[in-house]
Amino acid sequence: MVSLIPQPHPRERRIIFENISRPGWSNDLDTYIAHGGYEQLKKALGMQPSEIIDAVKAANLRGRGGAGFPCGVKWSFIKRDDGKPHYITVNGDESEPGTFKDRYILHHDPHQLIEGVLIAAWALNVNLAYIYIRCEFPHAARIVWNAIKEAKAKGLVGKNINGSGFDCDIYVHQGAAAYICGEETSLIESLEGKRPYPRIKPPYFPAVLGLYMSPTIVNNVETLCHVVHILRMGAEEYAKMGTPGDGGTRTMCVSGDVMRPGYYELPAGAVTLGELINDVCGGLKPGRKLKAVIPGGSSAKVMRAGEIYKVKVKGPDGAMVEKEIPMLDVVMDAASLASVGTMVGSGGVMVMDDSRDMVWALNNLNQFYAHESCGQCTPCREGSLWMSKMTTRMLAGHGAANDSATLKNVADNIAGRTVCAFGEACSWPTQSFLDKFPEEFAALGNGK
Amino acid sequence: MVATWLAPTAIFRKLSMDGRVFFWRIFNRPMSSESTSRQADDIPAPLLAEIEEVITHYPVSKRSASLPLLHLWQNHFGFIDDTGIEWIATKLELTPVNIYELVTFYPWFRREAAGKTIIRVCRTLACAMAGAYALREKFCEAAGVDAHADHHGFGQAPPTSPDGKYSVEFVECLASCGTAPVCLINDDLHENVTPEEVGDIVKQYA
Repeated sequence: MVSLIPQPHPRERRIIFENISRPGWSNDLDTYIAHGGYEQLKKALGMQPSEIIDAVKAANLRGRGGAGFPCGVKWSFIKRDDGKPHYITVNGDESEPGTFKDRYILHHDPHQLIEGVLIAAWALNVNLAYIYIRCEFPHAARIVWNAIKEAKAKGLVGKNINGSGFDCDIYVHQGAAAYICGEETSLIESLEGKRPYPRIKPPYFPAVLGLYMSPTIVNNVETLCHVVHILRMGAEEYAKMGTPGDGGTRTMCVSGDVMRPGYYELPAGAVTLGELINDVCGGLKPGRKLKAVIPGGSSAKVMRAGEIYKVKVKGPDGAMVEKEIPMLDVVMDAASLASVGTMVGSGGVMVMDDSRDMVWALNNLNQFYAHESCGQCTPCREGSLWMSKMTTRMLAGHGAANDSATLKNVADNIAGRTVCAFGEACSWPTQSFLDKFPEEFAALGNGK
Repeated sequence: MVATWLAPTAIFRKLSMDGRVFFWRIFNRPMSSESTSRQADDIPAPLLAEIEEVITHYPVSKRSASLPLLHLWQNHFGFIDDTGIEWIATKLELTPVNIYELVTFYPWFRREAAGKTIIRVCRTLACAMAGAYALREKFCEAAGVDAHADHHGFGQAPPTSPDGKYSVEFVECLASCGTAPVCLINDDLHENVTPEEVGDIVKQYA
C-alpha cells in the first residue's frame, strides 16, 4: 500500500507525522483516541468560534497546498452568521509532481484530518464537508470513509457532535485523474459534477461564491491537520516553531538524486537547502555533483547549483542592505524562497545531479502540463502543448536556432493570461529552466 | 418575432427526460459498440443499492453524484457504454451530455473494455529520473502488451494484451516521488520497482 515509515532524522520535529511514526500505530479510531485523539475537538466545541480563528491567525499558519495563503485570513472571509449554508472542501487531490505528504496522512492517520475538519467546521459554522481525494488513492478513499463511519458511530461526526448540539456531516468524494482539480475553484466545479474548468476570480472567490454558490473554504489536507496541533500546543507555542509569517512545521518531500529521498517534517525555516540535501537526506549519490533543485513542487522555479542570490534584507540599523546568499544557504521557508525568486509551494523538493539533462527534465514537465491543461483558456491549452512539442523536437535533434527565444515567448504569453494559476504553473518551469540553463538549450538549438 | 424565437425552446423544455434521451440517440452514434449488450439492462441489486446510497451523500445537488456514479459504473462493468451514460443522466435528472462531457474529460474513464489488470506506470519527473520509461517497456514485455501501440486517450482503453489480461499505460504523477519509480496496479501501489522484479509482479496478477 504505502511504504514503511522511516524513523525521524534528529533535526526533524514531527507533529503531523507524530502518530504515523509511533511503533505499532494503526489508523483505527481506538488507537487515535488512546493517543489523545479528538480531545482538541472537545476543547474546540467549548470555545468561541472567533477564538479558534484568532488562534489560527496568531499561529501564522500558511496553506500547505502550494499557494501558501495565510489560513486564518482565509477563514476570516467567512461571515459566520450570514444565514447562508457554508461548506468545507478538503483538497486531497495531491498531484503536484514532487509532492507526496497527504498520501501518508490519508492512509495512516485519517482521524487527524477528520478532527481538523470538524474543528474548522465548528469555527466556520459548517454542517457539510467533503474530502476530495484523487482516485489514484483508492485505498485512501476507503480508509478515510471507514474512519468517518467509525467516528460517526462514536457520535463524533453527524448529528449533535459529542453532545454539543453541533451537526456536521463529512463525505469522501473521489476525483478522476485530473491535476486541474487541485485548483480550488476547479475542485468545486468537479464536486458539483461539472467539467472542472476553474472559475474566474473575481467574482468566484470560494469564500464568497464557492460550492453551490455558497461561502466555502477549500483547505489542503495537511493545513487542516495543523489546526489540531495549534489548539493542542497553543497558537504562540506553535508559531514559535517556525519563522515570523510562516508558523509551525513544514513537511518536505524530497525526491530525485539524493541518498535518502522521502518526507521530512521540519520546523519552517529550520534548515537551509544545503542542510536539507546534505545532512537530512544524506547527500547526493557517490561521485555526483549537484546541478539543480526544484524547491516546491514542479511548478516552482528551478534553482541552479552554485548560484549566488542578491537579496535585500533589513540590516542591524534598520536600513535595507543587499546581501549575497549562496544557493545552498537559502533557508527553507516561504519568505526566504520567495526572496530568491522561487517558492516553497507544496514542499516537494526535487534534486537533480550532474547526470541530468535539463532539456530532458523540462520536456518531462512540459509533457505533464500539456496533458493536464484543462483546455479552458487558449494561452494555456495551446501554449502548454506548444512548449511540450518544442522541447520534444529539440531532444530528437531537430532544434532550430531561435528555439530558446520562441520557448520563452510562448511561456511569457501564458503566465498572467489565464483564469487560474495553472498558467503560471506551466510557464514558470520553462521560463526558469531557460533562464538558469541557457547553454543547454542553445546547444540543442542548432539541431545537434 | 420574439415569440417565434422562444417557441422551439419552450417545446424543448417540455420534453420529458425520455425525449431528451431520444434526441441524444439520434444525434450521437455510439463511439465503440462492437458488442450489442447494454450495460443498463444488467444492473445488479448490490450496485443499485450502492448508487442509491452514494446519491444521499449529496443532499444539496444530485448532480454532484455524477463522478461517484461513473466510478461505481466503471468499477462494475469495466467501462462506460452509451446506455450507462443515459442511465446515469436519467438517474440524476440530467441530460446525457452532462455525463458524456465528464467521461470525455477525465482520463480515468473509459468507453471500452481494458485488460483485467491495469498497470499504470508513473511517467513524471521523479519516476522518469528513476527509470520509468524503461520500466514501462519491461511491463509491456512481461504482460504481452504492444509498447508502441497508439493510445490517444479520450475514452479509449489503454493498450491491452491479446488475451485481455493486462493493460499497460503511462500516467502522470502518482504522488509517491520519494519511492520512485512507482506504479499503480489495479488498486495497489508498487514502490521502488526494479526492472528485475517486473516479471514476478505481473505474475501476481495473472
